[in-house]
Amino acid sequence: MSSYKDTTKNFLLGKFHKPGQVINSVKALQGEGFSVYDVYSPFPIHGLDRILGIKRSRLTIAAFLFGMTGTCTALSMMLYMMYFDWPMDIGGKPSYLAPAAVPVSFELTVLFAAFGMVFTFFAVSKMYPGKKPVIMDPRVTDDVMVLAIEKSAIEEADQDKIEGIMMSHGAFEISEKTVHNELFEV
Amino acid sequence: MSYESPIREPLVTGGKGYHDITEGVLAPLEKKPNMTWLAAFGLSAMVMTMGVSLIIWTFFEGIGAWGLNKTIGWAFDITNFVFWVGIGHAGTLISAILLLFRQTWRNSINRAAEAMTIFAVICAALFPLIHMGRPWVGAFWVLPLPNTRGSLWVNFNSPLLWDVFAISTYFSVSLVFWYLGLIPDLASIRDRAKNKIAKAIYGALSMGWNGSTRTWHRYEIVSLILAGLATPLVLSVHTIVSFDFATSIVPGWHTTIFPPYFVAGAIFSGFGMVQTLMVVTRKVYKLENFITLSHMDAMAKIVILTGSLVGIAYATEFFIAWYSGNTYEQYAFINRMFGPYWWSYWAMISCNVITPQLFWFKKVRENMLLTFIISIFVNIGMWFERFVIIATSLARDFMPANWALYTPTYVEVGIFIGTFGVFFTFFFLFAKFLPVVNMFEVKTLVKDDTVVDHGHHDDHGDQHSHSAEAGVSHSH
Repeated sequence: MSSYKDTTKNFLLGKFHKPGQVINSVKALQGEGFSVYDVYSPFPIHGLDRILGIKRSRLTIAAFLFGMTGTCTALSMMLYMMYFDWPMDIGGKPSYLAPAAVPVSFELTVLFAAFGMVFTFFAVSKMYPGKKPVIMDPRVTDDVMVLAIEKSAIEEADQDKIEGIMMSHGAFEISEKTVHNELFEV
Repeated sequence: MSYESPIREPLVTGGKGYHDITEGVLAPLEKKPNMTWLAAFGLSAMVMTMGVSLIIWTFFEGIGAWGLNKTIGWAFDITNFVFWVGIGHAGTLISAILLLFRQTWRNSINRAAEAMTIFAVICAALFPLIHMGRPWVGAFWVLPLPNTRGSLWVNFNSPLLWDVFAISTYFSVSLVFWYLGLIPDLASIRDRAKNKIAKAIYGALSMGWNGSTRTWHRYEIVSLILAGLATPLVLSVHTIVSFDFATSIVPGWHTTIFPPYFVAGAIFSGFGMVQTLMVVTRKVYKLENFITLSHMDAMAKIVILTGSLVGIAYATEFFIAWYSGNTYEQYAFINRMFGPYWWSYWAMISCNVITPQLFWFKKVRENMLLTFIISIFVNIGMWFERFVIIATSLARDFMPANWALYTPTYVEVGIFIGTFGVFFTFFFLFAKFLPVVNMFEVKTLVKDDTVVDHGHHDDHGDQHSHSAEAGVSHSH
């Protein structure tokens, strides 16, 4: 077990019922100079990613590259099969014709882009079938939004102040949670 | 948060909060199946078994078990193929195109519509496979696999081959899109499950989802790009299906209008089927607060639009046949109307062009029984449209000496009915084991002036403390 990196983290959790409360709370905490680790919510809260300072994901670039791979695969496959390996002369028509190559290249572009991007998403989000989830609160997938602050990132003395800020913005519950040796999403 | 007009009716009614959505949608999953479900599922499974038996009989006996002849080589099976593929178009339209257009009413019907798409495409794909007669060697005919004859490759200049690529891409991308959309909801089921086996299965499928904002951020980008990819994809699929006919020289098929005409028809038939399914599902599952009358109203409007587009396409085809001055083309259309298959033509016109016009009346759009009946008419009409295009055009082409008539055998009719068994067996399983409404997307529609419960949340429904907060940014 010595090679296993200890990633135990302690969190201070503020729990909310409304997305607006979380947004205001995050803004207020950041205004006071505290850094917010993450927010866990049952649905995407629009604008919160920017407030938390999450950089725009580069998955779009990945999708483009996968799509281009698909186009090139389709075009080169058809060129090889229809022109080089086994050209067919049907009524003197060219054996490899660009317009006839459009549908298959389009379909393979979409296929490669879609699958490539989704699998990249699973990889960067460290998601795989059967992964044991880090559940901050079981109600996160129902109706509760959890604002998580890493305790090592704050001073012991500030904890009351942080709790006060979260309470004043509508937190209905404050709790702490320790998470052991889990893969954290970065 | 997108701006929404205050006049617009809310998309979630009954003052439902987040927890009520979870409860409302998951209630049928967490209960034991009732007799109605078991009976409906049993019946579908029986019909499916009948269809599968007749497919096996076709393999045993050969395509001679069908009513095809030298003149009419495509009839019931290809009609059924196009019929089911068309139905499969509404799901992706709702999940992808309406997402790009920010039509948030799609949020509560997209899950079921996508499921419908996947099951419909499964039914569709069966027909070309069966029509091969020996599908176990068919892999060499439709996929570019190296073989001992050369290699003798598949013909990439053929629309039939494009169709193989289009349908298989459409099926797999729709499946991925659907599964991706399910992950957050599967996590909801996981976190509520009391049964150990259910927790393990839904847990494995939800891939460790924890609702982190970082994951949501990527998730939304992936969903948007997938929607952007699926939008041209859905249009390409029926375009390519129409190429199967339009690139030939058969009178009645050889028209440039086919791609947009087929796409409009596909969306029309798909929405017809979504209406059929939603009228029943919202009633049986008591989802009237999530799939509201305004949702049904919006779908009815799409049905009028696409139904009218299809009507214009019929008229255009007819006009162009006359205007072309081509005798064969002109005859093909006269033959459709007054030839031996006149009844199928007029069934198509009355079901597709005339009956949907009743949706102009708000009273009809809000009457679920009438909506259901009209949607059934749409389904029937769109089947006849494909039959008219395929069978009547082949029955009488250039050479009167080759003219023939086609009558389906019980095997073909049985296989077609069997695909409804396949479709509904899958749909009932879906409705029992997966949330039929996309919970997390519906939760984003809850206005901030709905239930705010600061205590326990076991009894949300009774405490409607409407707060005065108008929007997210003003809440405190």
